[in-house]
Amino acid sequence: MKPTDIGHPDYFHKVVDCQWACPAHTPVPEYIRLIAHGRYSDAYMVNWQSNVFPGILGRTCDRPCEPACRRGRVEDETAPSPASSMISAGKEPVAICRLKRVAADYKDDITARLPKAPALRNGKHVALVGAGPASLTVARDLAPLGYHITVFDADAKGGGMIRTQIPRFRLPEEVIDEEVGYILGLGIEFRHERIDSLKSLLAKSGPGGYDAVFVGSGAPRGRDLELPGRKEAEKHIHLGIDWLSSVSFGHVTKIAKRVIVLGGGNTAMDCCRTSRRLGGEDVKVIVRSGFEEMKASPWEKEDAIHEGIPILNYLVPKAYLHEKGKLTGMSFEKVKAEYDSKGRRNLVPTGESDQVFECDVVLIAVGQENAFPWIERDCGIEFDKWNMPVVDDKTMQSTLPKVFFGGDAAFGPKNIIWAVAHGHDAAISIDKFCNGESVANRPPPMVNLMSQKMGIHEWSYDNQVSTDNRFKVPWRDTKITLKNIKIEVEMGFDPSTAFKEAQRCLNCDVQTVFARDLCIECDACVDICPMDCITFTGNAEETDLRTHLNAPAGNLTQDLYVSSELKTHRVMVKDEDVCLHCGLCAERCPTGAWDMQKSLIEMTKAGPSCRDKPAPLRRVA
Amino acid sequence: MTYLAKPKLHHPTLPVNRLGFTRRDYEGKISTLCAGCGHDSISAAIIHACWELAIEPHKVAKMSGIGCSSKTPDYFLGNSHGFNTVHGRMPSVLTGANLANRELLYLGVSGDGDSASIGFGQFAHSIRRGVNMVYIVENNGVYGLTKGQFSATADKGSKSKRGVLNSDESIDMVMVALQLGATFVARSFSGDKAQLVPLIEAAIEHKGSAFIDVISPCVAFNNHDGSTRSYDYVREHNEAVNRIDFIKTREEITTDYAPGTVQEVVQHDRSVLRLRKVALNYDASDRVNAMNYLQQRAQLGEIVTGLLYVHPGSEDLHEHLNTVDTPLNRLGTKELCPGSAALEKLNASMR
Repeated sequence: MKPTDIGHPDYFHKVVDCQWACPAHTPVPEYIRLIAHGRYSDAYMVNWQSNVFPGILGRTCDRPCEPACRRGRVEDETAPSPASSMISAGKEPVAICRLKRVAADYKDDITARLPKAPALRNGKHVALVGAGPASLTVARDLAPLGYHITVFDADAKGGGMIRTQIPRFRLPEEVIDEEVGYILGLGIEFRHERIDSLKSLLAKSGPGGYDAVFVGSGAPRGRDLELPGRKEAEKHIHLGIDWLSSVSFGHVTKIAKRVIVLGGGNTAMDCCRTSRRLGGEDVKVIVRSGFEEMKASPWEKEDAIHEGIPILNYLVPKAYLHEKGKLTGMSFEKVKAEYDSKGRRNLVPTGESDQVFECDVVLIAVGQENAFPWIERDCGIEFDKWNMPVVDDKTMQSTLPKVFFGGDAAFGPKNIIWAVAHGHDAAISIDKFCNGESVANRPPPMVNLMSQKMGIHEWSYDNQVSTDNRFKVPWRDTKITLKNIKIEVEMGFDPSTAFKEAQRCLNCDVQTVFARDLCIECDACVDICPMDCITFTGNAEETDLRTHLNAPAGNLTQDLYVSSELKTHRVMVKDEDVCLHCGLCAERCPTGAWDMQKSLIEMTKAGPSCRDKPAPLRRVA
Repeated sequence: MTYLAKPKLHHPTLPVNRLGFTRRDYEGKISTLCAGCGHDSISAAIIHACWELAIEPHKVAKMSGIGCSSKTPDYFLGNSHGFNTVHGRMPSVLTGANLANRELLYLGVSGDGDSASIGFGQFAHSIRRGVNMVYIVENNGVYGLTKGQFSATADKGSKSKRGVLNSDESIDMVMVALQLGATFVARSFSGDKAQLVPLIEAAIEHKGSAFIDVISPCVAFNNHDGSTRSYDYVREHNEAVNRIDFIKTREEITTDYAPGTVQEVVQHDRSVLRLRKVALNYDASDRVNAMNYLQQRAQLGEIVTGLLYVHPGSEDLHEHLNTVDTPLNRLGTKELCPGSAALEKLNASMR
């Protein structure tokens, strides 16, 4: 293998599994350390810079970081089971998401630390369609640069799906108001106005016209399920997301006693749990697929089950049963999963007789679709065969150069953190576009490597590896939470549990950096490494090398760190997979050939630093 | 040294041996030696060998004297017996322990000061008596604990860290062991675990006094230019006579070796030492030739390593003394005090 180029901005970034997995690349270990120090405001600002909505995401994020977390690969399954029910069994990731909430919960007033719109605007106008997370991210990135930002939304308050679709018992309204408010407070114009025509929006050229338009209108249309009886019983059948937003705005305050929720995604989980709070006593979720394959996040399923909601699987809906315009129940065909030779799953009928469940209301949560009735198809934006706009996935630019897309509007339903990532990318593009530059030419992120050595055995991070298992976030009693839809179920970590959970973080951003010229090949690092990550061996091709290290390097998604040839003609090979970043290799190294260096990755941000030409110096009058 | 305990977490695929232990179960406390000390590598090699042979930790006694090397038994086999003796007296205490309980594995760990200076006589007699043990000398050529004076094994003409030349003749522990009749004699290097681990395994299985001289650079005081015990010097002058494959039971040779390149030695417990010869004319079962070869090579400035001599039909002290098979510490009053009639008989035999 060739020596590893640690100068490449992605190399150490990939070692920080959580940050690499996060669409917005939030520097997770950095803010977790700040939480451990009790510096909640600083931790919050690190998050705010990166993911814009720490308090919201700390309660609702889809957490792609957690399945990636190294902790989940290194814990010992055979360790004795925990004594408390508030501690999980082993092999669990750090509770990254809920630690983010800790930063938001315990921070001080941070308003003084927020950027401000400059007194002197730059004369460029940008219109944002929809006030959801993608648009608000674009606004947050561009407003401090001097752009005139106008956000249009059909709802009276900003937030988009964060406000309309996420129930209050998961996300209190104050949190939304606070974090949406931080952005709208940057001198942004918010217009409660539905955009009916992109053409007329674009036509406003000249003074009052827009230099660029960002479409962040989400995937606002719930998919329907047309089955016999749909029309006849339509009064008792609702589309999940529409129903949730009616609840959110207070238009709906009650539901009948027996409710069936169709669908296995997170919206279905929100529908069933909301129903339980509005009078639903016999609420069940019914899904076509198996329980394991459901799209809902495991923790959301767990929350629903905790509230006494059964989830029935392998049942394909066949008909809505009704009598005199009144829904009486639904019938389902029983199926089982069969896998063909290519491993594809097919649901085949079991042949048993159909199953009927009585109910008064059905909520359909079987998916969401995009809808762009307001974009004229002849305005210059190309649409593909699925009727989705053609959007570049790096620049977020459509085929009409001044129109950009992001969030669910760009590539269909995803989640908040993806919308934020799209927003950042679109903001860079819009800034470059408005400065007459190519949007494709974008600088890579900046990486800073800093030694963490403070003394002979002293590091600026806590390198002792905690053996605690994951702590669970306490729930409020269901006797209270099921009575009031506005009472938040999760109570968040208290500071002392938050500290213990934060200590579980392995500090994967503190990298083991190897200096070949200093190494005397004494084997001290090999002997001390608790995970057998380090091997000195003859060089070979990667596939070969992976099999004859001190411990096999079977995880192909994790890189091997290879040095150039040493005095003995061997190379140092380190498998990054299960490194605890404990720094013992560096502590045992007599020559300092190993050093622990923090790789702080700063993602590319919209503004002068990512433009091709430096900004002209402003003349002082 | 480090102040932190080594984390208990281990590689998810870490294998277990016949007893269900991982290699990590054979570790001891965290080392307090200087970072990069060769002794720590030897500890790691002992851990590896004991794990691989699936040795029951409670059946090992780690004996040592005084010095950096003699501290190391604290850093491996944390669940075994241990005894830190007075300086240089490890061989006597080991001999006594061995006589009292012949069923344990005796691991004598010592250094060049402990064994070649203050304990030289003790070392010599334990070897010549054929005590069943593995005697490892962690040989760095300096007194590390007293800041780097030459030890008795430092080569004549080598230079100390302060630039002083050694004018005294050195003691070659391997030559002494051969001369005194050790039945298993090897030399290795702490920086070459591929060689050292099988040597320790073979020594553990050997019956009689097995002696391994391990050159172990002192990073703090003897790893400079002009030293003949530095990592660089040893690597440049290391001449291995053979590479050893230690095999528990005899199995067919499946690898294709060129004729004359493999020497097999069957030990008393039927374990097989398969020596892949590097120096083709070297015969590890010929003691006199081994001594000649070592002398010749030493003249050329080479450090000869490998399994230098092994006597397959070796005997140990218990056989020489014709002791009972049951360990003495398990004999009861009845066996130990057979009564006045037996005493009378014994006295009569001496009249």
